[in-house]
Amino acid sequence: MTSQPRRSPLPSDNFAPYDVERVRADFPILGRKVHGHPLVFLDTAASAQKPNAVLDAMDRFCREDYANVHRGVYYLSERATHAYEAARETVRGFVNAREAAEIVFTRNTTEAINLVAASHGANFRPGDEIILSAIEHHSNIVPWQMLRERAGIVLRVAPVDDSGELILDAFADLLGPRTKLVAITHISNAIGTVMPVAEIVRLAHAAGARVLIDGSQAAPHQAIDVQALDCDFYAFTGHKLYGPTGIGVLYGKAELLAAMPPYQSGGEMIRSVSFEKTEYAAPPARFEAGTPNIVGAIGLAAAIDYVATIGFDSIAAHEQALLRHGTALLSEVKGLRLVGTARHKAAILSFVIDGVHPHDVATILDRSGIAVRAGHHCAQPAMERFGVSGTSRASCGLYTRLDELDALAQGLARVREIFG
Amino acid sequence: MSDLSDLYQELILDHSRSPRNLRRPSNPTASAKGDNPLCGDKITVFLTLEGGRVADAAFEGRGCAISMASASLMTDAVKGKTVEEAEALFQKFQAMVTGKSGAGNHDGGEIDRLSALSGVQAYPMRVKCATLCWHTMSSALAHPGATVSTEKLEA
Ligand SMILES: Cc1ncc(COP(=O)(O)O)c(C=O)c1O
Repeated sequence: MTSQPRRSPLPSDNFAPYDVERVRADFPILGRKVHGHPLVFLDTAASAQKPNAVLDAMDRFCREDYANVHRGVYYLSERATHAYEAARETVRGFVNAREAAEIVFTRNTTEAINLVAASHGANFRPGDEIILSAIEHHSNIVPWQMLRERAGIVLRVAPVDDSGELILDAFADLLGPRTKLVAITHISNAIGTVMPVAEIVRLAHAAGARVLIDGSQAAPHQAIDVQALDCDFYAFTGHKLYGPTGIGVLYGKAELLAAMPPYQSGGEMIRSVSFEKTEYAAPPARFEAGTPNIVGAIGLAAAIDYVATIGFDSIAAHEQALLRHGTALLSEVKGLRLVGTARHKAAILSFVIDGVHPHDVATILDRSGIAVRAGHHCAQPAMERFGVSGTSRASCGLYTRLDELDALAQGLARVREIFG
Repeated sequence: MSDLSDLYQELILDHSRSPRNLRRPSNPTASAKGDNPLCGDKITVFLTLEGGRVADAAFEGRGCAISMASASLMTDAVKGKTVEEAEALFQKFQAMVTGKSGAGNHDGGEIDRLSALSGVQAYPMRVKCATLCWHTMSSALAHPGATVSTEKLEA
């Protein structure tokens, strides 16, 4: 099965707004109270809440169709195998890959990146270079540092400016004949920057380098088209996409996956085993050793189908409205500084308040039922770049209401009251 | 449910805004570092021991209001104590903030001055903010030059 790049939306496309209240009714947890207040969940960038469609799909699968996959010849195993492979096809369509065999199920983004570092990185040589950005998540830093220890590669860091935007010229200057790979985030979880990934891929390919994109934060917010992007690898994680934990995805171009050695080894990833010699299976099975997260894959496919019923054009329009509203509200708070003010941003508001530690901010907000993240967001180098040890971060999802950001602003007024 | 004002009492806010003993003494006889990787808080505790007593206690570091206030109150509290008394106070403090000693069940003395921090027991995620400096102090007493991390601590 092959497919073409999707056309990009035309200006005349109609971005229908949707009824956020109706969408919220799909998420049972959003109805609960915390410390006596209605929950205001502003930590979707860390992990998204789950709609009924996802919970029901996993429940139904376990109750009606569950068995191990790729093993039995009996009815249920065939049903389960079919559902698991149908989930792979759903993911293929979601990122618009050419073939389903380019979709490898992993535990999460972290495992997807580790897989590339271990397998694609196996033929890297001392002196080969990998370029990262200054605002990567630790999971797109540490695997490369470990590869550096094993293979003697060199890591180079592309800088960002004071707004958190990649300095494209400086990035281009880092590219050279030794550059093997550019590993870069699509959207920063810590400060919300949307990276110019199409331009990055173009420049990297012109220099002969491969590109891995960490799409953890992008997959929940915008349509992904790996063919149009022409990236070599694309990684994302199910739990931020309104799906379950324990399931993630690595997209890799077929010819690259075919050339890569296995990652982990055991069952499922072999063609034949004798004590003398083992032949490995073709991708994607080669990279899915052991019984996979079958139920997780079913849940992820349900999440993708769910998001599609709303549509990314509408989701993006809603989230941009949230970003504008939140930015305006927070700019009014005395002593507050937004960290990350890139022109292209996701609805992630990272901020520091003069004289108040982010953990105290989060504790005070929590008592009003408002959940925000406080700390370094697994991106300590990014924090260092902006001269802070951590921030408070409010992040939105498709179910976030505008007035939840008003509640945040009121909560911050309470912080000011307590801390003076 | 506890009120925020139990946690952020005026005494705590005062000590966090202007921490006592926030300095690096010139000749400490023992010191230790502590860090809380969860929030990036770091602290160094400096002790000057003379004849089995804590003649001076000071700290450096940055952190949330709870951790700054706790280090400030702690360094005041252990000054003049013998090593054994300082350790005993740590045990009492830990019991208090983890809710194991029961409210109002303090036996008077130094712990009463520290009881402003007892509100933290209603905030389990924040208990380590209050105890990090104490663990660090205790480690400086036991092995001067050591590093403690909240990752390895229960409370
Ligand atoms: C940008 C980014 N990369 C990677 C990750 C890691 O995702 P996971 O923990 O699901 O592997 C996250 C989420 O924490 C993220 O936001």
